Amino acid sequence: MKKVKIYVTLKESILDPQGSAVQGSLEKIGYGEVKDVRIGKYLEVEIGDTARDVDAIVKEMCEKVLTNTVIEKYRYEIEEA
Amino acid sequence: MKFAVLVFPGSNCDVDMYHAIKDELGEEVEYVWHTESSLEGFDGALVPGGFSYGDYLRCGAMANQSNVMKALKDFAAAGKPVLGVCNGFQILTEANLLPGALIRNKNLKFMCRTVQLKVENNDTLFTNQYEAGEVINIPIAHGEGNYYCDEETLAELKANNQIAFTYEGENPNGSLADIAGIINKEGNVLGMMPHPERAANEIVGGADGVKLFKSIVKQWREQHVNN
Repeated sequence: MKKVKIYVTLKESILDPQGSAVQGSLEKIGYGEVKDVRIGKYLEVEIGDTARDVDAIVKEMCEKVLTNTVIEKYRYEIEEA
Repeated sequence: MKFAVLVFPGSNCDVDMYHAIKDELGEEVEYVWHTESSLEGFDGALVPGGFSYGDYLRCGAMANQSNVMKALKDFAAAGKPVLGVCNGFQILTEANLLPGALIRNKNLKFMCRTVQLKVENNDTLFTNQYEAGEVINIPIAHGEGNYYCDEETLAELKANNQIAFTYEGENPNGSLADIAGIINKEGNVLGMMPHPERAANEIVGGADGVKLFKSIVKQWREQHVNN
């Protein structure tokens, strides 16, 4: 069994309105040093025993459905569960 | 002309779409559940607004994985008209039937009101009943209608006249180049955030959306009916 931690974030070139709103709020309550906030998604996926290459499965899932590569990028870590 | 209205778990403008076709246009229309694998016998496909699969993961992402989407891709590839409105537009971009993506509205708010649209291209099968540059009133209702694509794609959209509608006066969601609706290169797939099916009769505040559906029917009749 493998546990995969997947981090999905908007590409740098994409405006993140949610992140901007949070950054503005932080500034208002006294954290003026916070210059940028980006908000993304964190997914934990457990993959059972398989003869297939887990790395390839994760990449395929990310490209096919878990991210929209027009606007998002991803990175992941595979751990023994 | 016979239309299919695709229905996903969470679609909520399917009934409005059905009503616009059946009662305002008097054409044939049927609901098609997302598990279906064929669109045979239909002349046009409508992907309605709503929150397919609760918009979990990403708007339109799960709907794109459903069975009926394979049939819709073949249907579009055969040159038949496909209209996606709001969540339907998001689904069509997820399916790569249209370029770009829809992201969160710039002000982070869900917006529901009537806006003005400018008909940028009236030489499409969806807009031939409008005048070029005509300004029309169509309601919007979305939280993620902020159209985005990269610079290269935007240049292509402009070069091929693929921008069908832009917001006029006020851009409600921050979309790139004020884009409200685009067609594919072949011209048979339109995606738009505003809801023409909600502007199908004066009793609901306006009928500017009817011409869009009439355009589809007119083009189809010219191609398929001899007399």
